[in-house]
Amino acid sequence: MALEVGGITIETDEEGYLANLTDWNEEVAGEIAKAENVAMGPNHWEVVNFLREYYNEYQIAPAVRVLTKAIGKKLGADKGNSKYLYELFPYGPAKQACKIAGLPKPTGCV
Amino acid sequence: MTQTSDRIGEDEDAPGVVKKFMFVNRKAPYGTIYALEGLEVVLISAAFDQDVSLAFLDDGVYQLVKGQQTKGLEVKNFSPTYRALEGYDVEKLYVEREALEARGIREDQLLVPVQVVSAAEMAELMEQQDLIVGF
Repeated sequence: MALEVGGITIETDEEGYLANLTDWNEEVAGEIAKAENVAMGPNHWEVVNFLREYYNEYQIAPAVRVLTKAIGKKLGADKGNSKYLYELFPYGPAKQACKIAGLPKPTGCV
Repeated sequence: MTQTSDRIGEDEDAPGVVKKFMFVNRKAPYGTIYALEGLEVVLISAAFDQDVSLAFLDDGVYQLVKGQQTKGLEVKNFSPTYRALEGYDVEKLYVEREALEARGIREDQLLVPVQVVSAAEMAELMEQQDLIVGF
Protein backbone atom coordinates (compact mmCIF):
# COMPACT_ATOMS: atom_id res chain seq x y z
CA MET A 1 0.00 0.00 0.00
CA ALA A 2 1.01 3.61 -0.35
CA LEU A 3 -0.08 7.08 0.65
CA GLU A 4 0.00 10.25 -1.47
CA VAL A 5 1.02 13.36 0.41
CA GLY A 6 1.79 16.57 -1.46
CA GLY A 7 2.68 14.64 -4.61
CA ILE A 8 5.05 12.33 -2.76
CA THR A 9 4.33 8.61 -2.47
CA ILE A 10 4.85 7.18 0.97
CA GLU A 11 5.10 3.47 1.49
CA THR A 12 2.95 1.72 4.10
CA ASP A 13 2.33 -1.88 5.10
CA GLU A 14 -0.92 -3.68 4.29
CA GLU A 15 -2.57 -2.27 7.42
CA GLY A 16 -1.57 1.30 6.69
CA TYR A 17 1.35 1.66 9.10
CA LEU A 18 4.28 3.61 7.66
CA ALA A 19 7.04 1.43 6.23
CA ASN A 20 9.69 4.02 7.13
CA LEU A 21 9.22 5.88 10.37
CA THR A 22 11.31 8.76 9.04
CA ASP A 23 8.64 9.51 6.39
CA TRP A 24 6.39 10.96 9.09
CA ASN A 25 5.46 14.60 9.38
CA GLU A 26 2.29 16.39 10.46
CA GLU A 27 0.95 16.47 6.93
CA VAL A 28 1.43 12.71 6.62
CA ALA A 29 -0.29 12.26 9.98
CA GLY A 30 -3.21 14.33 8.68
CA GLU A 31 -3.55 12.09 5.61
CA ILE A 32 -3.49 8.88 7.67
CA ALA A 33 -6.07 10.39 10.03
CA LYS A 34 -8.31 11.29 7.09
CA ALA A 35 -8.16 7.70 5.83
CA GLU A 36 -9.10 6.57 9.34
CA ASN A 37 -11.98 9.07 9.57
CA VAL A 38 -10.41 10.80 12.54
CA ALA A 39 -10.79 14.59 12.62
CA MET A 40 -7.59 15.68 14.32
CA GLY A 41 -8.09 18.25 17.10
CA PRO A 42 -5.70 19.46 19.81
CA ASN A 43 -6.57 16.47 22.03
CA HIS A 44 -5.73 14.04 19.21
CA TRP A 45 -2.40 15.75 18.60
CA GLU A 46 -1.62 15.62 22.29
CA VAL A 47 -1.91 11.81 22.24
CA VAL A 48 -0.06 11.46 18.93
CA ASN A 49 2.80 13.64 20.17
CA PHE A 50 2.87 11.73 23.43
CA LEU A 51 3.24 8.47 21.49
CA ARG A 52 6.10 9.86 19.42
CA GLU A 53 7.90 10.95 22.57
CA TYR A 54 7.31 7.52 24.13
CA TYR A 55 8.72 5.83 21.03
CA ASN A 56 11.75 8.11 20.98
CA GLU A 57 12.51 7.27 24.56
CA TYR A 58 11.80 3.51 24.60
CA GLN A 59 11.95 2.43 20.94
CA ILE A 60 8.58 0.68 21.12
CA ALA A 61 4.95 1.60 20.69
CA PRO A 62 3.28 0.99 24.06
CA ALA A 63 0.49 -1.52 24.67
CA VAL A 64 -2.84 0.19 25.28
CA ARG A 65 -2.82 -0.48 29.03
CA VAL A 66 0.66 1.02 29.33
CA LEU A 67 -0.29 4.00 27.16
CA THR A 68 -3.38 4.72 29.26
CA LYS A 69 -1.37 4.64 32.48
CA ALA A 70 1.44 6.77 31.09
CA ILE A 71 -0.99 9.38 29.71
CA GLY A 72 -2.70 9.54 33.09
CA LYS A 73 0.64 10.18 34.75
CA LYS A 74 1.60 12.94 32.35
CA LEU A 75 -1.69 14.59 31.36
CA GLY A 76 -3.94 13.79 34.31
CA ALA A 77 -6.52 11.17 35.24
CA ASP A 78 -9.27 12.80 33.14
CA LYS A 79 -7.20 11.85 30.06
CA GLY A 80 -5.59 8.66 31.31
CA ASN A 81 -8.66 6.47 30.88
CA SER A 82 -10.00 4.23 28.13
CA LYS A 83 -13.23 6.18 27.66
CA TYR A 84 -11.43 9.42 26.83
CA LEU A 85 -8.89 7.70 24.55
CA TYR A 86 -11.47 5.58 22.71
CA GLU A 87 -13.57 8.69 22.07
CA LEU A 88 -10.58 10.24 20.35
CA PHE A 89 -9.54 7.06 18.54
CA PRO A 90 -12.53 4.73 18.16
CA TYR A 91 -10.50 1.90 16.60
CA GLY A 92 -8.23 1.69 19.61
CA PRO A 93 -6.01 4.39 21.06
CA ALA A 94 -2.86 2.32 20.71
CA LYS A 95 -3.45 0.89 17.24
CA GLN A 96 -5.06 3.88 15.56
CA ALA A 97 -3.11 6.63 17.29
CA CYS A 98 0.16 4.77 16.63
CA LYS A 99 -0.72 4.55 12.96
CA ILE A 100 -1.35 8.30 12.81
CA ALA A 101 1.83 8.92 14.79
CA GLY A 102 3.76 6.96 12.16
CA LEU A 103 4.84 4.27 14.61
CA PRO A 104 4.80 0.50 14.17
CA LYS A 105 1.87 -1.49 15.47
CA PRO A 106 2.19 -1.73 19.25
CA THR A 107 4.08 -4.70 20.66
CA GLY A 108 1.52 -6.95 22.27
CA CYS A 109 -1.20 -6.36 19.68
CA VAL A 110 -1.73 -9.89 18.40
CA MET B 1 13.50 -21.43 23.06
CA THR B 2 13.33 -24.10 25.74
CA GLN B 3 10.64 -24.68 28.34
CA THR B 4 10.43 -26.54 31.60
CA SER B 5 6.95 -26.89 32.95
CA ASP B 6 6.80 -29.56 35.63
CA ARG B 7 4.11 -27.72 37.62
CA ILE B 8 2.19 -25.88 34.92
CA GLY B 9 -0.44 -28.57 34.40
CA GLU B 10 -1.73 -28.60 37.98
CA ASP B 11 -4.44 -25.96 37.75
CA GLU B 12 -4.81 -25.54 34.04
CA ASP B 13 -8.59 -25.13 34.19
CA ALA B 14 -8.70 -22.58 37.00
CA PRO B 15 -9.36 -19.12 35.52
CA GLY B 16 -7.38 -16.11 36.66
CA VAL B 17 -4.60 -18.12 38.28
CA VAL B 18 -1.40 -16.08 38.39
CA LYS B 19 1.65 -18.12 37.52
CA LYS B 20 5.25 -17.30 38.13
CA PHE B 21 7.02 -16.86 34.81
CA MET B 22 10.74 -16.41 34.54
CA PHE B 23 12.42 -15.46 31.28
CA VAL B 24 16.08 -16.41 31.26
CA ASN B 25 18.36 -14.39 29.00
CA ARG B 26 21.74 -15.93 28.28
CA LYS B 27 22.83 -14.41 24.97
CA ALA B 28 24.48 -11.16 23.91
CA PRO B 29 21.99 -8.59 22.57
CA TYR B 30 23.11 -8.64 18.93
CA GLY B 31 24.35 -11.36 16.61
CA THR B 32 21.33 -13.55 17.22
CA ILE B 33 17.64 -12.69 17.46
CA TYR B 34 17.17 -14.28 20.90
CA ALA B 35 17.51 -11.17 23.07
CA LEU B 36 15.10 -9.05 21.03
CA GLU B 37 12.57 -11.87 20.63
CA GLY B 38 12.82 -12.62 24.34
CA LEU B 39 12.10 -9.00 25.20
CA GLU B 40 9.07 -8.94 22.91
CA VAL B 41 7.69 -12.09 24.52
CA VAL B 42 8.13 -10.46 27.93
CA LEU B 43 6.23 -7.35 26.80
CA ILE B 44 3.41 -9.46 25.38
CA SER B 45 3.18 -11.72 28.42
CA ALA B 46 3.00 -8.65 30.66
CA ALA B 47 -0.45 -7.99 29.18
CA PHE B 48 -1.74 -11.21 30.75
CA ASP B 49 -1.19 -10.12 34.36
CA GLN B 50 1.19 -12.91 35.28
CA ASP B 51 3.98 -12.74 37.82
CA VAL B 52 6.85 -12.09 35.43
CA SER B 53 10.53 -11.92 36.24
CA LEU B 54 13.65 -11.76 34.09
CA ALA B 55 16.98 -13.40 34.75
CA PHE B 56 20.23 -12.41 33.06
CA LEU B 57 23.03 -14.96 32.98
CA ASP B 58 26.17 -15.57 30.94
CA ASP B 59 26.46 -13.14 27.97
CA GLY B 60 22.85 -12.14 28.64
CA VAL B 61 24.15 -9.52 31.06
CA TYR B 62 25.44 -7.54 28.05
CA GLN B 63 21.80 -6.87 27.12
CA LEU B 64 21.53 -4.45 30.06
CA VAL B 65 24.77 -2.53 29.61
CA LYS B 66 24.40 1.22 29.07
CA GLY B 67 25.72 3.03 26.02
CA GLN B 68 25.11 0.38 23.34
CA GLN B 69 26.14 1.55 19.86
CA THR B 70 24.67 -0.43 16.99
CA LYS B 71 25.32 1.84 14.00
CA GLY B 72 28.24 -0.26 12.82
CA LEU B 73 26.10 -3.40 13.02
CA GLU B 74 23.24 -1.73 11.11
CA VAL B 75 20.65 -3.05 13.53
CA LYS B 76 18.28 -1.20 15.81
CA ASN B 77 19.53 -0.46 19.31
CA PHE B 78 16.63 -1.84 21.34
CA SER B 79 18.30 -1.41 24.72
CA PRO B 80 16.12 1.64 25.64
CA THR B 81 13.16 -0.75 25.65
CA TYR B 82 14.41 -2.37 28.86
CA ARG B 83 13.64 0.95 30.53
CA ALA B 84 10.00 0.59 29.43
CA LEU B 85 9.58 -2.63 31.43
CA GLU B 86 8.69 -0.71 34.59
CA GLY B 87 5.68 0.79 32.81
CA TYR B 88 4.62 -2.76 31.93
CA ASP B 89 4.85 -3.64 35.65
CA VAL B 90 7.80 -5.93 35.03
CA GLU B 91 10.04 -4.92 37.88
CA LYS B 92 11.82 -8.13 38.90
CA LEU B 93 15.09 -8.21 37.02
CA TYR B 94 17.71 -10.55 38.46
CA VAL B 95 21.31 -10.44 37.28
CA GLU B 96 23.80 -13.11 38.20
CA ARG B 97 26.77 -11.67 40.09
CA GLU B 98 29.23 -14.22 38.72
CA ALA B 99 28.27 -13.34 35.13
CA LEU B 100 28.85 -9.62 35.78
CA GLU B 101 32.18 -10.24 37.50
CA ALA B 102 33.47 -12.59 34.82
CA ARG B 103 32.89 -9.80 32.26
CA GLY B 104 34.14 -6.90 34.37
CA ILE B 105 30.71 -5.19 34.40
CA ARG B 106 29.62 -3.16 37.42
CA GLU B 107 26.02 -2.73 38.53
CA ASP B 108 26.20 1.03 37.91
CA GLN B 109 26.90 0.32 34.23
CA LEU B 110 23.44 -1.21 33.78
CA LEU B 111 20.50 0.60 32.13
CA VAL B 112 17.87 -0.21 34.72
CA PRO B 113 17.66 -1.00 38.44
CA VAL B 114 18.24 -4.73 38.99
CA GLN B 115 18.80 -7.16 41.82
CA VAL B 116 22.23 -8.72 41.63
CA VAL B 117 22.09 -12.26 42.99
CA SER B 118 24.58 -15.11 43.30
CA ALA B 119 24.30 -18.21 41.13
CA ALA B 120 23.03 -20.11 44.18
CA GLU B 121 20.31 -17.49 44.83
CA MET B 122 19.38 -17.57 41.15
CA ALA B 123 18.93 -21.34 41.39
CA GLU B 124 16.57 -20.82 44.33
CA LEU B 125 14.57 -18.22 42.39
CA MET B 126 14.27 -20.65 39.49
CA GLU B 127 13.06 -23.32 41.88
CA GLN B 128 10.11 -21.07 42.83
CA GLN B 129 8.85 -20.60 39.24
CA ASP B 130 5.90 -22.29 37.56
CA LEU B 131 7.39 -21.75 34.12
CA ILE B 132 10.88 -20.96 32.92
CA VAL B 133 11.44 -19.81 29.35
CA GLY B 134 14.99 -19.60 28.09
CA PHE B 135 16.29 -17.35 25.33
